[in-house]
Amino acid sequence: MSLARFKDAQAKPLLVSDAQNPRRTFRALEDMGLAFSRWRLPMALAMLDIRNRYRGSVLGPMWLTLSTVITFVALGLLYSTLFKMELHDYLPFLVVSMILWNVLSQVVSEATAALTAAEGIIRQMPLPYTVHVLRCLIRNAVVAAHSLPLILVVFWLFDTVPGLGALMALPGLVLFCLNAFAAVMFLGMLCARFRDIGPIVATVMQLAFFISPVIWKPELLGPQQYLLVLNPFYDLMEVVRGPLLGAPPSWPIWAAAMLFTAMNCAMSFVFFVRFRSRIAFWV
Amino acid sequence: MPHILAERLSIAFPLYHVGARSLKKRLLSATPLRLRTDDSNRVVVAALNELTFSIQSGERVALVGRNGAGKSTLLRTLAGVFEPVAGRLEIAGSIGSLIDPAAGMDLNATGRENILLSGLFRGLDDKACAVMAEEVGAFSGLGEFLDVPVRSYSAGMQVRLSFAMATVNQPDVLLMDEWFSAGDADFMARADKRLEEMVQQAEILVLASHNMRAVRAWCTRAIRLEGGRIVEDGPVEQVIGKL
Repeated sequence: MSLARFKDAQAKPLLVSDAQNPRRTFRALEDMGLAFSRWRLPMALAMLDIRNRYRGSVLGPMWLTLSTVITFVALGLLYSTLFKMELHDYLPFLVVSMILWNVLSQVVSEATAALTAAEGIIRQMPLPYTVHVLRCLIRNAVVAAHSLPLILVVFWLFDTVPGLGALMALPGLVLFCLNAFAAVMFLGMLCARFRDIGPIVATVMQLAFFISPVIWKPELLGPQQYLLVLNPFYDLMEVVRGPLLGAPPSWPIWAAAMLFTAMNCAMSFVFFVRFRSRIAFWV
Repeated sequence: MPHILAERLSIAFPLYHVGARSLKKRLLSATPLRLRTDDSNRVVVAALNELTFSIQSGERVALVGRNGAGKSTLLRTLAGVFEPVAGRLEIAGSIGSLIDPAAGMDLNATGRENILLSGLFRGLDDKACAVMAEEVGAFSGLGEFLDVPVRSYSAGMQVRLSFAMATVNQPDVLLMDEWFSAGDADFMARADKRLEEMVQQAEILVLASHNMRAVRAWCTRAIRLEGGRIVEDGPVEQVIGKL
């Protein structure tokens, strides 16, 4: 039997780690590059995660879609009466908002366990840490994709199919994904080191849900509406939601979303560069 | 040429998630050997302390020492799991580790899926993964069970699968922790034969073991670790003869 056929592709011909000259930035970039070039690994892991999560369930991830539908019908009826809004105006808004918010809060809550959950792998084999970040992102993206058709259905039902302007949601989506990547990396590391961060994040997200215009429309704030631009959750949601609802966000919102993305990415990158080599000791 | 070069290599684990304060009090009252507090006042286990050694191509090295001497930590560091906290480590050649054969295994996935997954963990492409699946399937002798979730395997079958997966590649530098193959006598004979083949074809072997028979049979040089330091380094008989 020929054993020599499989050379580990990950085994580099020369591995040098020198604590005096750690080349942290280079190794962080190498880590990310390697993880992206081997995207099939995080993809396979994410698919297994989803399959395991819904193992034996008949509807599987469609349960999420179903529960979202039920929430929409109930909330839509209730709030449109409560806030005295036309269902025709309100429901498409609610559907897009809730789906975006669900994705956002799900990513953040899974980010807190992105690295600690991979402890068994991290402590046993050398892999780029970014693989675990991508695994979490892909898993969430696939789950989110199950709810997206709902948006189309609602647009069709209420006859509010947006025009070509909706394409502006794509750059918004890119910003959204960049932030998700940065957040998973940062929170994943932070939560591996400080185990109290997880519950704190959950509390913050709960609060953020109420102070961000997810189920209430920003217009309700009246003259104070401009203050919302300071809420990064609002900015990031609005750059995707606005174009889809045929109300392109104003430039301060775009600027704020981009600024926040840049800050988020920079912070995560600096943190990753500085502490990447400590992750194996933290998990 | 494959080689391993370590200069004043140190690994220290900060103990993050333990009651560090009460531990600290105890540390103050005793004179600890491995536990100490670092600059930022954390309790740290000095797992490896300034190891300096070089291993050249062709050498078969055994790491011996009591439990907790740092053998496994050293293997993991050589494998690239831990990065040295101080000192320098240089390894030339592809590294293969038989440290935890079940690492990364998904119990809910089938045997075949796990083989493909382990191929991806190694960075193989689709074609190589498929070839590997064939080979691992044949060697493990699992037959129809290859398409059944690993969860439903018997302990022996799981060992067969993980052994076959772990030993399918031939590295230049082979890192091995002591582990035991179960399974029936027929499989054990095949497993031993394959291990021997791998060991012989590897340019460098580093084996952490308590089993002195295996050490004598496979190794030419032994490094004895004690409390995270090298206390003896030399030919096998010289080092372990005294034990």
